Amino acid sequence: MSEAVALSRIPLDDYTALLGPAEIEELRALAKPLRGRSIEMINSTAVGGGVAEILNRLVPLAEELELNIKWDVMSGGEDFFDVTKGFHNALHGAPYHTSAKDFEIFLAYNEHNRATLPLDAEFVVVHDPQPCALIDGRPPGANHWVWRCHIDLSHPNRAVWDFLEPFVSRYDGAMFSSPEFSRQLPIPQYLFYPAIDPLSEKNCELESEFIAQVLTRYRIDPQRAILTQISRFDRLKDPVGVIRAYRIVKRYFDCQLVLAGGSASDDPEGAIVLKEVLREAGHDADIRVIELPAWAPLEVNALQRASTIVIQKSLREGFGLTVSEALWKKKPVVASAVGGIPIQIIHRHTGLLAHSVEGTAYQIRYLLSHPEIAAKLGEHGHQHVKENFLITQKLKRYLTLFLTVARKP
Amino acid sequence: MKTAETPFEFVTVSYLTRIGNQSAGTLAELLTGLEQCSDASIFYHTYQTLGSHHFLTEGFSNDFAQWVLADTNRNDLAEQLAALDIRDYVSIAALRSDLCRVVGDYCEAHRQFAGQSALERFYFCESVEVTVPLGRNARTLDEFRDGIQHLSHAGFYFHFISSRLRLQLKTNDFSHWLADSLGLRTLADSVNKIDIYTNTLDSTRTKLVRLIDRERRKA
Repeated sequence: MSEAVALSRIPLDDYTALLGPAEIEELRALAKPLRGRSIEMINSTAVGGGVAEILNRLVPLAEELELNIKWDVMSGGEDFFDVTKGFHNALHGAPYHTSAKDFEIFLAYNEHNRATLPLDAEFVVVHDPQPCALIDGRPPGANHWVWRCHIDLSHPNRAVWDFLEPFVSRYDGAMFSSPEFSRQLPIPQYLFYPAIDPLSEKNCELESEFIAQVLTRYRIDPQRAILTQISRFDRLKDPVGVIRAYRIVKRYFDCQLVLAGGSASDDPEGAIVLKEVLREAGHDADIRVIELPAWAPLEVNALQRASTIVIQKSLREGFGLTVSEALWKKKPVVASAVGGIPIQIIHRHTGLLAHSVEGTAYQIRYLLSHPEIAAKLGEHGHQHVKENFLITQKLKRYLTLFLTVARKP
Repeated sequence: MKTAETPFEFVTVSYLTRIGNQSAGTLAELLTGLEQCSDASIFYHTYQTLGSHHFLTEGFSNDFAQWVLADTNRNDLAEQLAALDIRDYVSIAALRSDLCRVVGDYCEAHRQFAGQSALERFYFCESVEVTVPLGRNARTLDEFRDGIQHLSHAGFYFHFISSRLRLQLKTNDFSHWLADSLGLRTLADSVNKIDIYTNTLDSTRTKLVRLIDRERRKA
């Protein structure tokens, strides 16, 4: 195991300008009864992935509130991570052939980490399935263990879930990103939304000159409507469906389509999907298919801010935080009603939901015809994110959780 | 300026959302859920949702109405559910009874729709409440005004909206204290009449402060 050091340190007071002093004061008031009390966050990686990104932001903010928080990363060999990657896909419903050997490897690494991790904090928060068997090392006494599941467990592979469930059921509570993602469990389950950081490079305000430069670089015309979907080249994000919806819209409106996602060069399936997308796009000069570098937060930010409408036409989705990113930028969003998207898009209030290519096209046309409604949806979407999906709200939820589990006998 | 014997103590509130074990995929299942879910669940989908969606001042009233509208496309039922005003209730039992009556009557009158599948399921959740004192209190109207201006949305919601259930009166913490502790009954009534369905928490606060300022000018 190793203790992770959070790389991002944005002072809590920097959020005051966005949220107002009362919200920050409230966080301090909630944290007051928890000052000095120990919290141990445990996950399986210090860099890369959404969990590490969130902990990088959350841990320093909690320290600033004088919580005695530390972040430990469990150790594991290649064999362990091969097994847990298989588990991850299986829990998402992908086919998986379980073997006794896989379970042995999983348990052996968890046992090894039990011997090296302290596990003695008053509140132990274990993230995702990889370290979930650490609960076997729970010391006798009154510390509180909660399990944060960042993945969709609505249709898990039976064998893998049957193996993990006895561990999960021994925690004091479990947290899921959506009620739809949860399971019937004998322990309390709580709703914990993922969050965006409004001060991160992906979401902070940008100079208009920088946005203009990005548009020029990718040959996008700022004078005409820009429809954008930001997502990796993955069939579940339905980029081909987005092009088909755009083609219907294009019959009535002069517009451009931007499909931007991380590079497909190291992802064989992504490269195939990218080819399919390019084939579908054909020679349409108004479709821009952009392969962004793996880490390009400022470019993503600029493309979102330059968009007239942001699309997220996924066929299946986790929480889909790109929706919150767009809403935070006051963009009207048309998205599929899948996964965590309906939590972010309250239909007709904070955006428009669709269930098909034709429906997506219709909602886009509606918004292009009614810019005043598009603006209002964007404004309401921004407020919705501010109330529910910012990193400060996530911190508040954790404080509330600790206060809640601590008062239970 | 009058000084109250009992100070107004400002607190804030934070909610954890607990995922329930019930969900509904049809109107008939919604009715069953409404009959069986906990009081904390009714509170979550009506009172709490009004606070967390305060910025929506047109056509959003509670989660049940929103689901019926967006996922079952039964506009007439959605309208009836949205028309239930939490200010008319001092108990969850009474509110639950009316929710069940409205959905039950609709299912009875439109049996062909009662079992129709919704686009998305409705998941019953419930609120777990944690309140924390802010360490600020007010004995005069000036101090009260100052305290209100420094409240977060959650604190303001707690005193102005969810307080109605706690007090079991058709009023809120602010009006209750203004009337009982400062004897300002007219001001208290005016504050209680601010429409929380057509105002955001911010615009409600602005109206409240304006009413207080009018009262201060009288003094």
